[in-house]
Amino acid sequence: MKTYYNPEDLKKFGNIADFEPNLAKKFFDYYGDVFKEGALTAREKSLIALAVAHAVQCPYCIDAYTSDALEKGCDEAQMMEAVHVTAAIRGGASLVHGVQMMNKYKELSM
Amino acid sequence: MTKSLLARHSALSDTQRQLQILSQAIPFGNEPHAFTTKLRESSLFPLTPTQIEIFQVNVGKMCNQVCKHCHVDAGPDRKEIMTRQTMQQCIDAANRSGAHTVDITGGAPEMNPDFRWFVEELSASGKKILVRCNLTIIVSNPKYHDLPEFFKAHNVEVVSSLPYFSAARTDSQRGEGVFERSIRALKMLNAVGYGMPGTGLTLNLVYNPSGAFLPADQAGLEHEFKQKLRKGWEIEFNNLFAITNLPVSRFLDYLIESGNYEGYMDKLIGAYNPAAAANVMCRNTVSVSWDGYLYDCDFNQMLDLKVDAPGSQHVSEWNTETLSQRSIVVNQHCFGCTAGAGSSCGGSVA
Repeated sequence: MKTYYNPEDLKKFGNIADFEPNLAKKFFDYYGDVFKEGALTAREKSLIALAVAHAVQCPYCIDAYTSDALEKGCDEAQMMEAVHVTAAIRGGASLVHGVQMMNKYKELSM
Repeated sequence: MTKSLLARHSALSDTQRQLQILSQAIPFGNEPHAFTTKLRESSLFPLTPTQIEIFQVNVGKMCNQVCKHCHVDAGPDRKEIMTRQTMQQCIDAANRSGAHTVDITGGAPEMNPDFRWFVEELSASGKKILVRCNLTIIVSNPKYHDLPEFFKAHNVEVVSSLPYFSAARTDSQRGEGVFERSIRALKMLNAVGYGMPGTGLTLNLVYNPSGAFLPADQAGLEHEFKQKLRKGWEIEFNNLFAITNLPVSRFLDYLIESGNYEGYMDKLIGAYNPAAAANVMCRNTVSVSWDGYLYDCDFNQMLDLKVDAPGSQHVSEWNTETLSQRSIVVNQHCFGCTAGAGSSCGGSVA
């Protein structure tokens, strides 16, 4: 069955270098540096990545960072709380625009 | 309680079948992913032993638990246990080997009726003794309640599995109620001084992942386990060893049944670390099975891959010289000990 997303494609991420090696190298070097232990721990970064993966709804990233978070020692409660952070920000982002709607409503109403 | 693969008549209880599956573990197209190739690239092939330091004895497959990941395929239905005669041969061989430590494992080694005799004899010979205690055995029957005192009397180092500081994750791997019973046993060990500062009685815990993923950083896990176990249950311990699950026996069965086999092998191979390969435990360890045969490690033992040392393959014919000149037998499961920070019976190696 043909689908837009194939789990096997995640393994081929590095192949983007086949079409444009220089930019790919810059990206992957940068990517590697971003996830290194720094002011934030590698574990904190993994949970942020998991939350962002849900925000951008990337199935590859969700698979990759569920696995990565487990390997950084996170448990299921921490991972689900990260997803709720995504939901809160996404939901909040919609709702805060309610103020704009209210402003416009008041502008148009007597 | 589930049964062992053997009692279930699973095809995987045949070690040849397991090796056949492992030999097909080449997930990435044309890239060479044989373990021997990786060792060659790291200038470590053939893998050779250093000085024997750890003399590991598996005194039997009998166990009161049936953990899902068990590479021994141990359980109450397994009756293979070491005789006192073979134990005596182990004591003689351990003394000749130069090993400083005798590491006793199983199954639940305490279920062997000659276990205490074996420990007493080893203690008298001056060896450091390490017992891999599954914790629940201590509370399983009144006849085992004095094990903490017995361990203390012989200055045994206790190494115990506790895959997580939560009941859900521990029980999912080791069986219903195991976490609660393990906590009770840990309290009994603490009560006689194990894991407590200043006593010199060592209690180490073993973490292994409850699924198809690699362990987290050992130091970070140890810190977290100490905090959680102290806060939740006032339990103290010394060190935590993070161990990778190897694709052998019941963990191999789990990987295949859950559809994780290829992905897991892929992960192990992708995480190959030459520094870990240089420090694998089989270089300073020898492993003896319940019936006295010699292996490079406990995993090779469970795959029936005996030491490549003709004339010294059984503890009754121990020859330190012959064993020191052997090449270590490797196969695809060895990727489990060389992934990431590496893995051994004593935790990370790199």
